[in-house]
Amino acid sequence: MSEMIHTGSALSMPDGMEGFVTDWSADKQAFNVPWGKAMMWIFLLSDTFIFTCFLTSYMSVRMSTTVPWPDTSEVFALTLFGNHIPLILIAIMTFILISSSGTMAMAVNFGYRRDRNKTALLMFATALFGASFVGLQAFEWTKLIMEEGVRPWGNPMGAAQFGACFFMITGFHGLHVTAGVIYLSIVAFKVKRGDYEEKGNYEIVEIAGLYWHFVDLVWVFIFAFFYLW
Amino acid sequence: MVAVAIADQEQVLHEPQSFISRYIWSQDHKVIAIQYAITAIAVGLVALVLSWLIRLQIGFPNAFDFIDPASYYQFVTMHGMIMVIYLLTALLLGGFGNYLIPLMIGARDMVFPYMNMLSYWVYLLAVLVLMASFFVPGGPTGAGWTLYPPQAILQGTPGATWGIILMLLSLVIFIVAFTMGGLNYVTTVLQARTRGMTLMRMPLSVWGLFVATILGLLAFPALLVSGVMMLLDQVIGTSFFMPAIVDMGEQSTYSGGSPILFQHLFWFFGHPEVYIVALPAFGIVSDILSTHARKNIFGYRMMIWAIVIIGGMSFIVWAHHMYVSGMNPYFGFFFATTTLIIAVPTAIKVYNWVLTLWQGNIRLTVPMLFAIGFIFTFVNGGLTGLFLGNVTVDLPLSDTYFVVAHFHMVMGVSPILVIFAAIYHWYPKITGRMLDDTMGKIHFWTTFLGTYAIYFPMHYLGFLGVPRRYFAFGVTGFIPESAQMLNATITIAALFVGVFQFLFLFNLVWSLFKGKQAGSNPWEATTLEWQTPQTPPAHGNWGPELPEVHRWAYDYSVPGAPRDFIPQTVPFSETPFQIDTEHES
Ligand code: HEM
Ligand SMILES: [Cu+2]
Repeated sequence: MSEMIHTGSALSMPDGMEGFVTDWSADKQAFNVPWGKAMMWIFLLSDTFIFTCFLTSYMSVRMSTTVPWPDTSEVFALTLFGNHIPLILIAIMTFILISSSGTMAMAVNFGYRRDRNKTALLMFATALFGASFVGLQAFEWTKLIMEEGVRPWGNPMGAAQFGACFFMITGFHGLHVTAGVIYLSIVAFKVKRGDYEEKGNYEIVEIAGLYWHFVDLVWVFIFAFFYLW
Repeated sequence: MVAVAIADQEQVLHEPQSFISRYIWSQDHKVIAIQYAITAIAVGLVALVLSWLIRLQIGFPNAFDFIDPASYYQFVTMHGMIMVIYLLTALLLGGFGNYLIPLMIGARDMVFPYMNMLSYWVYLLAVLVLMASFFVPGGPTGAGWTLYPPQAILQGTPGATWGIILMLLSLVIFIVAFTMGGLNYVTTVLQARTRGMTLMRMPLSVWGLFVATILGLLAFPALLVSGVMMLLDQVIGTSFFMPAIVDMGEQSTYSGGSPILFQHLFWFFGHPEVYIVALPAFGIVSDILSTHARKNIFGYRMMIWAIVIIGGMSFIVWAHHMYVSGMNPYFGFFFATTTLIIAVPTAIKVYNWVLTLWQGNIRLTVPMLFAIGFIFTFVNGGLTGLFLGNVTVDLPLSDTYFVVAHFHMVMGVSPILVIFAAIYHWYPKITGRMLDDTMGKIHFWTTFLGTYAIYFPMHYLGFLGVPRRYFAFGVTGFIPESAQMLNATITIAALFVGVFQFLFLFNLVWSLFKGKQAGSNPWEATTLEWQTPQTPPAHGNWGPELPEVHRWAYDYSVPGAPRDFIPQTVPFSETPFQIDTEHES
């Protein structure tokens, strides 16, 4: 016992729950990750709470309003080449965003191998996917406002809260995507320029990747709860 | 240019050279802490003056022309919000969190000093936006600190246009500032501790600050979301919170929103918020009691688990603020149960504080007086919390002065007493000089007895049924004449307590120049911040070598040891004594 205290680091390991606690609370670092990454995880946890609050608020107003909710598959339908296809635009946007997660994962992978060019290229590709997502979103907003007459304070199809929730939630998510595009572009540019060669690791690529995957994941929930419900 | 590595990561700290980079655009956690503290205290003084104005109207109705009903509501609102968010939260986390966390865990600074600096400047911006609302047309909002819609944004309420907009904006900005600081505090505690500083050896102050910051990061989102939604309701006319309603005789354009939704969001933030303030206070007071009683804290592990459990549970009790909102009785049952359960770890903490004092070698220093004062006020406020936690008891007491008494005891006076204790305790480290003892004792007794004189009678007023937030009570069948006399007495006590706070401010300034030299460890404390090579600690805190930790923070009066305290940095081989912590809790 006394010996154990004195060396400080050489803690003997009890089993089970207690062992877990001892291990986790050991010397210096609770998680074996760089500071930036730990901080990004904590930030994303906090951000999760923001989106959860937005989505639960939306669900709660949707359930409590007495006016019928507009039929989302109709509102978000597009007529392409003479075919009336429900939700097609959202499907495309979702596909783009999911693909961008793929290129991001590849960028991280090449980052591990410190392949400067491929990492930067894939990150730019990811940012480009992101930018086109935002572009399509702008198109979607315009169509909704100009053609369907949806406004944050009301719409011809039903509950006023439809437009309010739609613009607020997709707007907030769109801001995240936009911020991500900027963030990725900056990091990609710095990777390309060789800023991280001196440090010898591309951990920032991984951190940006975490953020990007999170933004994608949130979209899946928005897609499910707002468009498919 | 001195370059020192932070902990073991290859990041370089640059010692700032000019006055501006040293004290204004500083990235040093200690300077940022002081900036936070000064700003918070300054804005807190505004709130203090507002409280006098409120009390003048209640104590001497209609004696003062400049207090009309509208300005009264504005005073009440601004007083509450400033005190809770911009003073208590900012001072405890931005001030003490910044100062103590790196020093107590043996780090050179926060993990991302630049972001830490931004956090302060954004906080200052939030304060300025809030203060600006005093000068806009219509004045600040008068919706009450809880900002309930629909009334917060309807025309009849003072400050329903610019006032509420600036209030909500300021809150959103504050949350951004808090997030930048909070991410730093949490990551620093998790990842940047010095050798030997395991989580289970951290002083309880750090534990309290740590868990409170996590609560903040998870609770402020709800306030952010409700703030954004209310801004949209007010500015562009959405109806998230606004039902169809007649406003000033006209049908408003709102329809179909849910005011109750706002209450849920607000209190999902609001209840954890009370613990964001309380937990750092719990932690700090534990360390102060232990140091000045020359005894190890009783039940260290239990204290940590209590903090963690209280923190976790604080997310599932929020609707006890909404018993009168007409909610389903089963919900009421659920929230009453969780509320009463959360009182158990809270009570454990109180027992542990008292048991820490038991047979201690108590030194009645000024910080110790404040710390003991805290135990009294906290027990008082906690007990009334148990009354309010029961639905049936709460229904008649809700929205009366009983609630005002409860939360001022538990969240107003108690954390403030701890803040005072902490300032008296750490001022010597921050400045190198002691605060004056005589002034400190006068400050303690006037504050402690004075606040009792203010808040204790309010319990009785609440039982009578005197409602809170009323400009004037008029003639009722249930409020006796004598209540007015009590109110006048309370007002006089409030003015009296307020005036003595200026003695404290004077002491802060006077001691800076004339105080006794403190030396590096005047209280003979064990924790790391007292073991720095310089006092006040220099940039980078520790000189070339980081300290190494060999024991917990509470080796006081260890039997057999040469002195009655053993700093955390003393290896067991030098002083082979320690409190047997394994059998302690
Ligand atoms: C012992 C555990 C506690 C219990 C059971 C408890 C219970 C309650 C209840 C039921 C209410 C609502 C009263 C009403 O509006 O009708 C309330 C209000 C309040 N409590 Fe507590 N409480 C406890 C501890 C605390 C602590 C530790 C703090 C802060 C540090 C605190 C701060 C507040 C505040 C600020 C309000 C009033 C909010 C407002 O309406 O403006 N409480 N408490
Ligand atoms: Cu509460």
